[in-house]
Amino acid sequence: MEKFRKGILSKRNPDKPCIAICAGMDCLGLDNGGILNAFQKELEKKDLKTKVDIRVTGCHGYCGKGPVVVIYPEEICYVEVKPEDVPDIVSQTVIGNKMIDRLVCTAPDTGEKAVHLSEIPFYKKQMRHLIGTNPKIDPQSIDDYLAVGGYSALAKSLLDMSSEEVLEEVKKAHLRGRGGGGFPAGWKWETARKAPGKEKYVIVNAHEGELGAFMDRAIFTGNPHSVLEGLIIGGYAVGSNQGFIYTRHDAPQLKNNIDLAVAKAEEYGFLGENILGSGFNFHVEVHLDIGIFVSGESSALMKSIEGNPPEPRPKYIRTSVSGIWEKPSALNNVETWANVPLIINKGSEWYNSTGTESSKGTKLVSLSGNIVNTGVAEVPFGTTIREIVYDIGGGIPKGKKLKAVHFGGPMGGSIPESLIDTPLDFDELAKLGAPIGAGSMLILDEDSSMVDVTRYFLNFLSNESCGKCVPCREGIRQILKILTRMCEGRGREGDIALLEEIAEVTGAASLCALGKTAADPLKSTLRYFRNEYEATISKTQGQAEMREE
Amino acid sequence: MANNTKKTEIIVQIDGTEVKATEGMTVLQAAQSAGIFIPTLCYHEKLEPYGVCRMCTVEVEVRGWTKHVAACLYPVEKELIVRTRSEKIDKIRKMILEFLLAHAPCSPQLQELAEEYGADKDRFDKEASFCILCGLCVRYCAEVKKKNAVGYVDNGPRREIRFIPELALTECVDCKECFELCPTSYLQAAFVLAQSIASSPDPSQTVSIK
Repeated sequence: MEKFRKGILSKRNPDKPCIAICAGMDCLGLDNGGILNAFQKELEKKDLKTKVDIRVTGCHGYCGKGPVVVIYPEEICYVEVKPEDVPDIVSQTVIGNKMIDRLVCTAPDTGEKAVHLSEIPFYKKQMRHLIGTNPKIDPQSIDDYLAVGGYSALAKSLLDMSSEEVLEEVKKAHLRGRGGGGFPAGWKWETARKAPGKEKYVIVNAHEGELGAFMDRAIFTGNPHSVLEGLIIGGYAVGSNQGFIYTRHDAPQLKNNIDLAVAKAEEYGFLGENILGSGFNFHVEVHLDIGIFVSGESSALMKSIEGNPPEPRPKYIRTSVSGIWEKPSALNNVETWANVPLIINKGSEWYNSTGTESSKGTKLVSLSGNIVNTGVAEVPFGTTIREIVYDIGGGIPKGKKLKAVHFGGPMGGSIPESLIDTPLDFDELAKLGAPIGAGSMLILDEDSSMVDVTRYFLNFLSNESCGKCVPCREGIRQILKILTRMCEGRGREGDIALLEEIAEVTGAASLCALGKTAADPLKSTLRYFRNEYEATISKTQGQAEMREE
Repeated sequence: MANNTKKTEIIVQIDGTEVKATEGMTVLQAAQSAGIFIPTLCYHEKLEPYGVCRMCTVEVEVRGWTKHVAACLYPVEKELIVRTRSEKIDKIRKMILEFLLAHAPCSPQLQELAEEYGADKDRFDKEASFCILCGLCVRYCAEVKKKNAVGYVDNGPRREIRFIPELALTECVDCKECFELCPTSYLQAAFVLAQSIASSPDPSQTVSIK
């Protein structure tokens, strides 16, 4: 295998110029196709087709400044590139080795320029273990992944380690599920491994339905083999020969890249029978969702893979014991699986050197809302929210003040500006009522109404709840009615107490996690922004009094 | 399943009473066998437990952990302690009834329970759909009759039941066994409508039965 890798590397000249064009979702929407065409034409015109490579890559993360183009080997990064800029880039930078000032990233406050990727403030404070290779990989090329060391963790696992040792390594790394719960992945794997039965499954949850979350898409679309490699290793550790990838029907680029990755991995012998001569067999099937949020809930997802409606079931018996077709099924999200090859390659000790006491490694966060640099960032656990918002995110646009940071989308919670020195950590944030969720961070400036933001999330959930159990279906219905009234300035005396009572009941009595946490944004905003709720009521009363006068 | 002698006997404690149960039983079955009442709306002994009305929510304590679970689904296990009434449980049941009374204010079964739990039928604005989506008809038709003539459409707060008009005309006319299961007697009206749609000149027409 290493020989094979060297073979690939020997054909590649690291000094050969390469133009890496970001084709993440955002850049795709900003006409990166036009840029690609322009580059192809321009290189042909200048007769450089054999001398310069073009690589269409996955998301670089700097979505707010897209389309992003990086020129190797110097790693010169140009932002907000337009097709008209292409002739200049080729003639001045690729041939002439000169910078183009207008395309270089410029700090809005200081005017300071950053030419190279590593100097740009957005990237500087990050620790890009998972997404860092994205600019170097064409997601449709397995050779690109092999060139950066891909599938070496699989070879190490299958050829040099027993399945127990692999499991032990992941357990020692304290890898916690990145999908929202933060449940230790190693424990889950062990439960599935020890559960009775020969047939077992491992699953990638690539549903990513959380509003404002787009980091799983960035990894899986940009570097699908890293997730696949993690899954195969997981299958080996759990004792499973069948993996499932459950993803979105509405992300064609993602689906395409996954399908291609699976096909290529089969062709190269990383999937199938007797992988790398180890005797281990592993197959993968890709399933598409039916387009409702709750199908990302693990038990609903498993129902969906079985071919049933994606309705959650109570998990009094864990899915790691009884999942798909009542067989032990270990499910983790995209980012969790992507961490696995890293842990195997570099060891749990190395992995544990990053992060906090209870949260190890790095975390991808997606920044959106009132923030200068929207995009995907990867930071070590323990980075403060302030650093993420200001140093990486570039702060709040138009000189506005920060009001709150909302984590975890529609079932998450907000923290006020006064708490942003909290470190990014599963437990610290959960204590504040704003669990990290899958990692979406919605930044809200001083003009945002927290009541309205909460109403927005509840409205989303009311459309996405399956409607099966009473507390969720009816609780969301009633909360939404009250919040809508409040947002229209028609709050009533007693509304807040009623909201709190409904939140308590839906939280305690709902069947699945969607219902149990549906009122979480409400609870957290009532905790920190109660005055805003009170204001909607006093306003109504004020108006009523005025009418009486 | 309860009388299978091969299954292990498990002693659980329900409301301070020791109850003999067997492996595979639910908390609800164990309670019922001991004559302890737990209110239910979507449970029927002939059907698979569904766990959606959440009226049977009880508090269980296992190895020091307490949680609220649906008694109709939660399996008995060793050293399980169950409490069927508490301030919190009553609060949950009261609000569930208030939620449902907004849709079916005249249901005798709901009214009776409302009295027990002090539920106010006017607490939430009326949206009289008459259906509380307990799913008894849907599951009875699927599990016992194996006809699937009535089912759910849509999701979340828009979820409702519908007869499939063509099946209503052919399968349901002589059956109607689900009618008596309906806690709100709404089902009959829904059926009549489905029947009339199926026998209308334009059978392709679909109408919401709400």
